[in-house]
Amino acid sequence: MKPMNPSADFSGLQTQAQSQSEDASENSPMLLANVSRRGFLRGLGAVGALVLAARWDFASAEEAAKYGADAMPNGWVDNPTVFISIATDGTVTIVNHRGEMGQGIRTSVVMVMADEMGASWSRVQVEQATANEEKYGNQNTDGSRSMRHWFGPLRRAGAAARTMLEQAAAQHWQVPVAECVVTVHEVLHKPSGRKAGFGELASIAAGLAVPAREQLRLKTPQEWRYIMRDPQQFPATQDASAPSPQANHAAQPLAIDGWDIVSGKALYAADVHWDDMLYAVIARPPSYGAAVKTYDASKALLVPGVVQVIALNTATQPSAFEPLGGIAVLASNTWAAIQGRNALSIEWDFGPAGANAAYDSVTYRAELEKRAEQPGVVARSVGDFGKAKSSAAQALTVNYYAPHMAQAPMEPMAAAVRIVNGKAEVWTSIQNPQLAKMGVAKRLGLDPANVTVSCGLMGGGFGRKAKPDYVFEAADLSKAMNGRPVRVQWTREDDLHHSYFHTVALEHLSATLDNHGKVSGWLHRSLAASISSVFAPNADHQSALELAQGIRNMPFAIPNIQQESGAAEGHVRIGWFRSVYNIPHAFAIQSFVAELAYLAKRDHKDFLLELLGRPRKIDPRTQQEAWNYGENPELYPIDTGRYRDVIERATREAGWGKTLPAGRGLGLAVHHSFVSYCAIVAEVEVTSSGTVIVHRMDVAFDCGPQINPDRVRSQLEGACVMGTGIALMTQITAKDGRIQQDNFHQYLVPRINEAPREIHIHAVNNHLEVPMGGVGEPGLPPVAPAICNAIFAATGKRIRTLPIGDQLKG
Amino acid sequence: MMSLTINGEPVALDAAADTPLLWVLRDYLNLTGTRFGCGMAMCGACTVHIDGNPVRSCLTPVSMALGKSISTIEGMANDPIGQQVQQAWMDEAVAQCGYCQSGQIMSAVALLKTSPNPDDATIDSFMSGNICRCGTYPRIRKAIHRAAGQLNAQQNSLFTEVKA
Repeated sequence: MKPMNPSADFSGLQTQAQSQSEDASENSPMLLANVSRRGFLRGLGAVGALVLAARWDFASAEEAAKYGADAMPNGWVDNPTVFISIATDGTVTIVNHRGEMGQGIRTSVVMVMADEMGASWSRVQVEQATANEEKYGNQNTDGSRSMRHWFGPLRRAGAAARTMLEQAAAQHWQVPVAECVVTVHEVLHKPSGRKAGFGELASIAAGLAVPAREQLRLKTPQEWRYIMRDPQQFPATQDASAPSPQANHAAQPLAIDGWDIVSGKALYAADVHWDDMLYAVIARPPSYGAAVKTYDASKALLVPGVVQVIALNTATQPSAFEPLGGIAVLASNTWAAIQGRNALSIEWDFGPAGANAAYDSVTYRAELEKRAEQPGVVARSVGDFGKAKSSAAQALTVNYYAPHMAQAPMEPMAAAVRIVNGKAEVWTSIQNPQLAKMGVAKRLGLDPANVTVSCGLMGGGFGRKAKPDYVFEAADLSKAMNGRPVRVQWTREDDLHHSYFHTVALEHLSATLDNHGKVSGWLHRSLAASISSVFAPNADHQSALELAQGIRNMPFAIPNIQQESGAAEGHVRIGWFRSVYNIPHAFAIQSFVAELAYLAKRDHKDFLLELLGRPRKIDPRTQQEAWNYGENPELYPIDTGRYRDVIERATREAGWGKTLPAGRGLGLAVHHSFVSYCAIVAEVEVTSSGTVIVHRMDVAFDCGPQINPDRVRSQLEGACVMGTGIALMTQITAKDGRIQQDNFHQYLVPRINEAPREIHIHAVNNHLEVPMGGVGEPGLPPVAPAICNAIFAATGKRIRTLPIGDQLKG
Repeated sequence: MMSLTINGEPVALDAAADTPLLWVLRDYLNLTGTRFGCGMAMCGACTVHIDGNPVRSCLTPVSMALGKSISTIEGMANDPIGQQVQQAWMDEAVAQCGYCQSGQIMSAVALLKTSPNPDDATIDSFMSGNICRCGTYPRIRKAIHRAAGQLNAQQNSLFTEVKA
């Protein structure tokens, strides 16, 4: 989700990851019971300041090409002593260093390492890492890449732990290591049948050197017990003597946090209580860039429980991850802080906000429509679109519009900070803990080694929690209170008014058909506010990474293609939202293909397959697309065969072509993002009153091998629900420089009665012969166009503006 | 000083009478299983039971709960229907991020107390006050059906025992 150049982002840091195994013996106490956390902060002393001016474009040609996890800040680590510890009672503790926001990564990480090392599922537990990329490798959890980047390193860590346990047993029994083999949570001496449990061997194993990477034997897929299986398929635990700490929940990997969640015990960002802690709520400037002119806190200070009112610095534009500023009310409880904020009297200075103070999303759209008539900056050009136009038999030109949205995770942002004896402690939930740590260290003037960022579960992230502005607010307030614990709590109104909003996009599409009804020319002019506008002044065109999300990598076999990017300045903070620019791009392109099929009097599916052309692998660089989600274009080409596979599967499962009752229709859409492929067929009814009911969605999904298939299905189910909201109801609008949606009565997201009635997920190419793709995001982009295409099939009405809202009523 | 009964236990605390029950639970009593989602009874994350009825604690002044029996997610392990609902949530692997699920479960328990065998339409109608941004609704429906089935099976076996 987060398009940035990794190597330039943390320029002060050294990548140590790949030399970890050499100093493994120093780290080896990690393998013992009662894990020492002292080694934890080692190596952090000399890091430089965080460079906030993130560079947006991919590495230039002269830089050595690095892909995948290799290209991420601080890379990857596969040292088992970093991730795995074994207590003398046999309990295996596995560290999860990625952020958990509902995708199930805490479970998936454990599945991989436990499986490779031979641990029994009932005897593993997970521990959440603090921010420490020098130790763990990259922890920035976005871009749908946790498993895609970490499957290899985590397997190797597990395999190395298994090898060390076999070596420990050999030493213990004084036998050749080749005679010792890990079964399930114990080592078997094959000739004698003697067995030793992991707990018995932990101390010896801890004294061994970590084996060299090239000496490791990875398990074959046939040996796996957990990887690529659903929990119901896990083999029964064979270590009958084991205590069962998780009792009857032990059988389910989904239950790693499941029981804590259903019993209310799970800890999120707002769930720490420190002695003497103050609760802070902040009145932030209504327009991006506005500042406090004057304020009167006297009434706020009269609210029982209010302790302090503090004016914060206003961020200058572009503000990157800096807090917006405003007036903070600190109180002895959250309610008093909210009441205190209500009692504030603030006069804002809108001068510094500039044009943002007049932002009106209706007039902005009209302006984009006007600009779309003019040529933009060429992103990719093939053949001659103008020539195709002059010889066209038919042509179609339309605009599509997709609005701002807020991620609106159910957990509003919260962060607690305290500073004791020159050390800062942070408790929050965040997708990018290292960014929070480095930023807190910088603003508090502390060595990063003296900043600890601990993460609870994220109550949803969707990209919003990739920005640490709320953590910085808490750090600034704790500092202002001489280190006293302060927890900043965002309200829902704060969240909706001050998100890093999903872009707003106007997609201008024009195509020509020749005498045979084939597409001869394709013009796509895309105008969307860029995330770069939050980081660089005057960044008013989509970046290369944004154009890589469905535009330049569009694989259609059309002889004349012209793709352009038009100017669209940001008037609010623009940020990552699950699937990002793929949402408007896929909505426009996949709707437009259906429109062209109708114009050509062709079946949509046949027409779409024809546009994709024969199965072939396209190097994205041949389409001026060099980012490719950070993945090696040779390993991850654009594969039209995989496009076809998901289209064929989704349409077959949905009964494409079947006769439906009046008012119902099937709609198809396909999209390739985060190096995965997803086709969706929606079966939709439009009632006589214009209400849309999504009866069924068939999702054919190809992310290659599915490590944790149940969590893949749950992510796709969630994408169908969220995407239904994007199609039907979800939008943020602005007037007079203010966001018009205050809470969930105005910011509409799907409720249970509005969600698809049935969702069927179909795995395609779920095997190890194709490289692993992303999961969390690629399901979302095809949902809205599939629904809109189904609405057209049902009613003949074409939706070109999201959300649908009342467009079908009356 | 005011006294409350929460999950069967008497609790005494000092809070302003108009303080919403949510913040009393969370900030005064450290019962953080009840979640803050919107503060205006639009999302259901803060759902608790007062005398068995589901209420949104974010808009319920603590004064309205005096002398009444308050149940929160932390008390569901001791509630026969609560236990079944929690187990069904586990069996269907409902939760993604989990943040809304305390409120979802409290609503589901309240539903099953009044409607032991709800159909999809009844579930949709009763549960529409609880937002899940992760989109776990299909599994919530399945889990409620599963819990209802388990509870009905229990009832039937009890009934059989009594008859025998």
